[in-house]
Amino acid sequence: MEHIELFFKSIFIDNMVFATFLGMCSYLAVSKKVSTAVGLGAAVIFVLAVTVPVNWLLDQYLLQPGALKWLGAEYADYDLSFLSFIMFIATIATMVQLVEIIVEKFAPALYNSLGIFLPLIAVNCAILGGSLFMQSREIPTVGLSLTYGVGSGIGWFLAILAIAAIREKIRYSSVPPALRGLGITFIITGLMAIGFMSFGGMLTGGDDEGKKEETTAVQVEKKEVEEKKVETTEEKAEELANNTKEITE
Amino acid sequence: MGLLSKKDAALITDPLADNNPITIQVLGICSALAITAELKASIVMSLSVLFVLGVGNVVISLMRNIIPSKIRIIVQLIVVATLVIIVDQVLKAFAYDLSKTLSVFIGLIITNCIIMGRFEAFALGNGPWRSFLDGIGNALGYAVILIIVGFFRELLGSGTLLGFKVLGDPIEKTGLYALGYENNGFMLLSPMALIVVGIIIWVQRTRNKALVED
Repeated sequence: MEHIELFFKSIFIDNMVFATFLGMCSYLAVSKKVSTAVGLGAAVIFVLAVTVPVNWLLDQYLLQPGALKWLGAEYADYDLSFLSFIMFIATIATMVQLVEIIVEKFAPALYNSLGIFLPLIAVNCAILGGSLFMQSREIPTVGLSLTYGVGSGIGWFLAILAIAAIREKIRYSSVPPALRGLGITFIITGLMAIGFMSFGGMLTGGDDEGKKEETTAVQVEKKEVEEKKVETTEEKAEELANNTKEITE
Repeated sequence: MGLLSKKDAALITDPLADNNPITIQVLGICSALAITAELKASIVMSLSVLFVLGVGNVVISLMRNIIPSKIRIIVQLIVVATLVIIVDQVLKAFAYDLSKTLSVFIGLIITNCIIMGRFEAFALGNGPWRSFLDGIGNALGYAVILIIVGFFRELLGSGTLLGFKVLGDPIEKTGLYALGYENNGFMLLSPMALIVVGIIIWVQRTRNKALVED
């Protein structure tokens, strides 16, 4: 149950792009066409699903205060958490390279569609952000960290897909010249983020601690609602495109 | 700027306006937006980036001839990560509350595209002094945007600047609040950061038609 809760929470409520602005650079740079956006989004889901659990293991057995206990009692009070940035980024860079090699060898077709995006991803804030949030939110098990990674990846994917669709349409509307391109993209993203804030109400609001106990009761109900929302997200993107069109007109 | 030749001075002044890293080069937006609800956090973030980019550019520039180009990304990441760890530890030691507010966003300086972007575009091909100036200039350009956004969001959102109640006290109804002014709490929410940056871009491109896209 907590898997489902975390999954939907990381897609909608803590959406990487709209709630924490992670991965904005590639989000803005690669969202001109839907097809490339899909490629990058898929690669992000893939890499997050690999790196978050790996970094969870590193955090649990190397970096946390007292994590080195398995080496022997004299290591029990070591605290290496200051090394987490360098460990995480090194893991990410290595995993990305590894994934690239493996995919190239065993799935050339996939490599052709994802390939060019993989090196880009090593320096995507969303990937490192996923690992850092995993650490700061103290996700308890490796299974949950996998769920978190996949969920955040899907959230990012939805965001870039929606903005790419909107940007393809907005080319046909008359945006003020000074806002064309970057400016309007920022403002649309802002409006979409406001839209996504309405998902916040699904988990009864309040702080994370309070949320957990309260939500178990409404989970079943919430799940159904959320599943419906997944379907409507596409429609929502369209609707947003229309709305923004009206605004700009 | 008597110390600097005209070309060197341009390295600092260009990124402040017409080649701004955020509004023109579209770099480093990730960490720029989430922490601008308060002016103080924006300033600290800017200083951290200033340090990391200034020092990092010099280090990369000194090593540029010995880094094999195939593994340069990972070398750059290690340099940045080391510098960011220093910043993070200093903040935790001297400004613990603030480092809690900034939470993971200090760590995300590592993947801040400004840093990697300047390493790739400038430090790998220029000497240490010019790279240093370029780093400082771009970090200042980043700082300008962060501070403008932070200023408006804090002023309109909570009526304070750096924690001082410049518009009067909302509870005791002094200053502007006596006239019925209310804080716009919406400004504190994250989407408004995007919209404020959008407006900055709008203003900038209206003033300088050469920057308009398409």
